[in-house]
Amino acid sequence: MEPFVRLEGVVAPLDRVNVDTDQIIPKQFLKRVERTGFGQFAFFDWRFLEDGKPNPKFELNQPGYEDASILVAGRNFGCGSSREHAPWALLDYGIRVVIAPSFGDIFYNNCAKNGMLLVTLPETTVNEILARAKSQPGYQLTVDLEKNLVTDNAGLELSFEIDAFRRHCLLNGLDDIGLTLNHQGDISAFEAERPSWKPVVIASQVPVLGR
Amino acid sequence: MSPRTMFDKIWDAHVVRDVPGEPALLYIDLHLVHEVTSPQAFDGLRLADRKVRRPDLTVATMDHNVPTWARSIPSTDEIAVKQMEVLEKNCRDFGITLYDIHHPQQGIVHVIGPELGLTQPGLTIVCGDSHTSTHGAFGALAFGIGTSEVEHVLATQCLLQDRPKTFEIRVNGTLPHGVTAKDVILAIIGKIGTGGAAGYAVEYTGEVIRSLSMEGRMTVCNMSIEGGARAGMVAPDATTFAYLEGRPNAPKGKDWEKALAEWQKLPSDEGASFDRLIEIDGNSLVPYVTWGTNPGMVVPVTGSIPDPSSFSDDGDRRSVERALEYMALIPGTPIEDIFVDRVFLGSCTNSRIEDLRAAAKVARGRKVHPNVRAMVVPGSTSVKRQAEAEGLHRIFEEAGFEWREAGCSMCLGMNPDILRPGERCASTSNRNFEGRQGKGGRTHLVSPVMAAATAIAGHFVDTRDWNVEG
Ligand code: SF4
Repeated sequence: MEPFVRLEGVVAPLDRVNVDTDQIIPKQFLKRVERTGFGQFAFFDWRFLEDGKPNPKFELNQPGYEDASILVAGRNFGCGSSREHAPWALLDYGIRVVIAPSFGDIFYNNCAKNGMLLVTLPETTVNEILARAKSQPGYQLTVDLEKNLVTDNAGLELSFEIDAFRRHCLLNGLDDIGLTLNHQGDISAFEAERPSWKPVVIASQVPVLGR
Repeated sequence: MSPRTMFDKIWDAHVVRDVPGEPALLYIDLHLVHEVTSPQAFDGLRLADRKVRRPDLTVATMDHNVPTWARSIPSTDEIAVKQMEVLEKNCRDFGITLYDIHHPQQGIVHVIGPELGLTQPGLTIVCGDSHTSTHGAFGALAFGIGTSEVEHVLATQCLLQDRPKTFEIRVNGTLPHGVTAKDVILAIIGKIGTGGAAGYAVEYTGEVIRSLSMEGRMTVCNMSIEGGARAGMVAPDATTFAYLEGRPNAPKGKDWEKALAEWQKLPSDEGASFDRLIEIDGNSLVPYVTWGTNPGMVVPVTGSIPDPSSFSDDGDRRSVERALEYMALIPGTPIEDIFVDRVFLGSCTNSRIEDLRAAAKVARGRKVHPNVRAMVVPGSTSVKRQAEAEGLHRIFEEAGFEWREAGCSMCLGMNPDILRPGERCASTSNRNFEGRQGKGGRTHLVSPVMAAATAIAGHFVDTRDWNVEG
């Protein structure tokens, strides 16, 4: 995983609440068996018109936001489906940081596993950033994970909180699986104590009848 | 020891390693896998030269993009076929049991787990699918994970997890005639909102929940994620044990006795405290219909489309406006005046045998409205067989419903079953997000009884007025 330390970038405002992962990446694009190449489908149904042309009304299609790497959105961003294709699509589209008042639970975890930083800030603060980004296309923020700070060059300075373990993994680009495999001994010890009646999967050919 | 909730007991029993300042390492008893969220995880294993630690605790099925037309006709979608082939190869290479499209037990992952008796009380269960919360109906701790976590579980049989808070949702009283488990969960989400339970593991309690069948409890737990919850669960009881006994993967003989003794210790202790509690009066519940583009946008069938100006929060107001525009609905319109083009009876929320029986009772001797195309998609091939043994398929077909093969189907429209732009659908599934059932499609979430009655009437109706016997 690529470490995340500090990012300076253009902010794209997506002033909507409850943006679900079905919107971030619609299901017709979930059939790929790779992790790459999902950016072209990010926000597809909002971003493109029926004829495949960019929808001029969609926020991120407005001039000035093309190179955005920071997305700011309303509360409960990333709710719904567990599809990790959502962070894959955002990353591939160029987004490395999302700032919102709250996030869908599974989405939050998925982003962390892909080196994306999600910054939770109070709703009023997020609204302030949204307002700045909307009124000044090309508006930039600096997100510094070492200092836990979000700043702009007009005096805005916001500190944010993040779980220490997640921060450590992000800063160092650590891969969870590698970390867990260091504890194989603990896992084997746990397994040795596991009761015999717990199920193991046996392929069933017997027809099951409902009752 | 101080009184503990069921969640606490299951969590504590699965902690492999717990170090302050780090998420806990939890052992996973059962890992369910499907074709859409697993290919990249298996790929990751190969790249790092890792094995599946416990293929015997892992089971796979094909459900999300299988066509529901006759199994003898192959899928016409090349990419979907590739995804299914990749799953087959992955299962073969890593030694995982697979219920493939031609298997007599194939079905939606959240339908076959319980059906096979794999889903049991006290287990930790995960799947790369947010509706894994369904399995919580058995008193298991079950939740959805992303693909990186799928890879983590495949490689280690463990998961790093932050301990969620606990939330008791108590539904008191008795449900009025004609009100179903689906209405209970729609009412709950309507009350708490789509993010209302974020960060919590929910336990559903109260007389109404106790009186529900396993199918009903699964419907309730299934939609926990639509309220933002990590997991939803119901304490196991005689109903649970009766459902499980004799299932292919349920414990047998002496093991059954041992398991039963353990399961009976699971319910939350008297006096255990939850971080949050809400109470709902079951007697006051009615049939519900969603009108918007998230499951929290819901009203009684006797209600009408809300006016955006009645919402005080700015974000809410704009999202209501956007939802009404997308749904092409005008504030003040009575729900019963809304006509539909399609009806979908299926999905992991409502495609079990009891759901089909309830809908068939409504359909018996009636005809689907000429303007409506209605389809019934059983949740599993086993459900389909059972329904056919009971003659339900004939009732549906005679009424004009299409009778299909098992799969997720129009719940998310990854297969050929989709809405066309502008089509309006009464659906027993769990998500009414924009485009969920097809780009531009308009989804109203309802119970199986409501779906069947709507198919016949052509518009939403108060199912309590439909005198359906028994
Ligand atoms: S039926 Fe729908 S919600 Fe359930 S697993 Fe399938 S796609 Fe997901």
